Amino acid sequence: MGRLGGFRVTLRQVFKPKVTGRYPKEKRPKPERFHGRHVLNRYEDGMEKCIGCELCAGVCPARCIYVRGADNPHDDPVSPGERYGFVYEINYLRCIHCDLCVEACPTEAITETKLFEFSFSNREDAIYTKRELLVGDDGRARRQPWELWLGGEDDDTSAWMRATAPSGLEAYEGRVAWSGELGFGVREPERGQQAPPAIEAGPGRSGDEESAAHS
Amino acid sequence: MSLVLRPEILGADPLLEGGLDATVILIVVVKAIIIFVLLLLSVLFYIWFMRKVIADMQNRIGPQRAGPFGILQTLADGIKLFFKEQSEPTTADRPVYLLAPYLSIIPAFLAFAIVPIGGVVSIAGETTELQLADPAIGVLWLLMMSGIGLYGVMLAGWSSGSKYPLLGSVRASAQLLSYEAAMGLAIVGVLVHTGTLSTRGIVDQQSWTGVGSIFSDWFWLPAIGAFVIFLISATAETNHPPFDLVEAEQELVGGFHTEYTGIRFALFFLAEFMNLITMCAIAVTLFLGGPSGPGLEGLGVASDSWINTWLMPIVWFFAKLLVLLYATVWVRASLPRLRYDRLMDLGWKVLIEAAFLWAMVTGLIVVARDQGWNLWIVTPAAAIGALLIYLLLMACVPRREEVEEWR
Repeated sequence: MGRLGGFRVTLRQVFKPKVTGRYPKEKRPKPERFHGRHVLNRYEDGMEKCIGCELCAGVCPARCIYVRGADNPHDDPVSPGERYGFVYEINYLRCIHCDLCVEACPTEAITETKLFEFSFSNREDAIYTKRELLVGDDGRARRQPWELWLGGEDDDTSAWMRATAPSGLEAYEGRVAWSGELGFGVREPERGQQAPPAIEAGPGRSGDEESAAHS
Repeated sequence: MSLVLRPEILGADPLLEGGLDATVILIVVVKAIIIFVLLLLSVLFYIWFMRKVIADMQNRIGPQRAGPFGILQTLADGIKLFFKEQSEPTTADRPVYLLAPYLSIIPAFLAFAIVPIGGVVSIAGETTELQLADPAIGVLWLLMMSGIGLYGVMLAGWSSGSKYPLLGSVRASAQLLSYEAAMGLAIVGVLVHTGTLSTRGIVDQQSWTGVGSIFSDWFWLPAIGAFVIFLISATAETNHPPFDLVEAEQELVGGFHTEYTGIRFALFFLAEFMNLITMCAIAVTLFLGGPSGPGLEGLGVASDSWINTWLMPIVWFFAKLLVLLYATVWVRASLPRLRYDRLMDLGWKVLIEAAFLWAMVTGLIVVARDQGWNLWIVTPAAAIGALLIYLLLMACVPRREEVEEWR
């Protein structure tokens, strides 16, 4: 075809399934290990997990986390141990949802839900403080009025953390190395990632091969 | 009321034969309004159509939020542009700057006036052609209007007082001038067949007599060379990709309309798409038989019922137009933009010569047919002669390496 080969290429695409979806009307299921907005977890007895060590702030490539630790009050401790996160702020105008804070956290205090549909009308709202980030008494994320929760986003936060073996050794795979969480207890290891079901408009995309390889 | 008006102005329309009265004027005014609205609506439709088809070719869905299937997307864009702030560069030559969009849009509207969109019908006792005007100068009107439209583009860039628009308009004047020559010569390739400039006359000679008339009466096959040259040069004439160097975003920001905002920018945008639709409509008129096509007599509809006299010619016209418009979108989605020297080479070294020689060979064949000469000798002789002339011309043109040496 030579110079006119491009016409064949473009015409061929017309008969292929579409890769885009009708987003706000039809939403695809999110992958199990999706990175969304954070939550600060609590132990099963309601104590906060954060110890104010600032490792998350140190590792954050976007410099969006601000943490200040303080000594626990003796009569009313916030977290087990000596210190707790006195101030904890995440600026969502900067956060890139890389999950490095989750990797850095020694106590699994911070994890990410699968929520990404939240927007703000001013910069103040973009800075989440402990009031917004800390899980409620049921262990679920506190839903803000500007967030669009469809359900299921905070079922298994940062699931990749509970799926990968420490140091990649097969011997550790599936062995629980994390503490319990408020409302959930000690969570099961997440095994195998399921690809999201193919969208209705286009059956049989590459997702099928991936799920076959994982299971 | 009797006006002294030379009927040639509106052309050979039988509407004007009995003199002018209120009914005739009313019909002309209504036709003008219909053409105006039709063009605006077809631009709305075309932009949506283009976005949808390109989306198809890129495995996307395309506009889908405004109205059913997103068909009101263009309207929403238009409303947005209408209410946007209009800024003006301080260096602009103000009167020319304000005039330029109208120099673009008005010829774009006027050019469509000569396109026959239907057959000859009778309204309120008057017989009339379904086209706004049928002047004796016919298709020359199109060349005139696209020539004036060029001023809009050129003056817009020049009066903006800014360098990228100026570069865009310099490109525009060179490109549009060179391709206008090729387009005019391609039209000549049809005119030697028809012997008339009137669009209605051209369409009448392509009337439907059976399936065979697609190949023998419609001019796309007898004038296939002119058809191809016309399509290419019309694409360049309307700044349509792959010839959109006038407004190449990657090179010139926005080209000639960089400094225009709001509704003034929208006017350029509108004019560009209207020109494209007009060019396709003219291609349908010249080469694809315009509104001619089979009626529904085979299905038992009487040949003088309104379906066969009114509806079917219009349906055929728009069906052919849609095919050509799809082709333009297909081209837009497929071809990368030409380099500027390649554009000029194509225009001056290939298309103009090819159109000129095609018109000459066709003229010779037409004369030979009329005089009863032997076509089996004349046709190859004319073709070989044309090839020799082309090679002779090309021998005079310096080759690319030689040009490099001169620098």
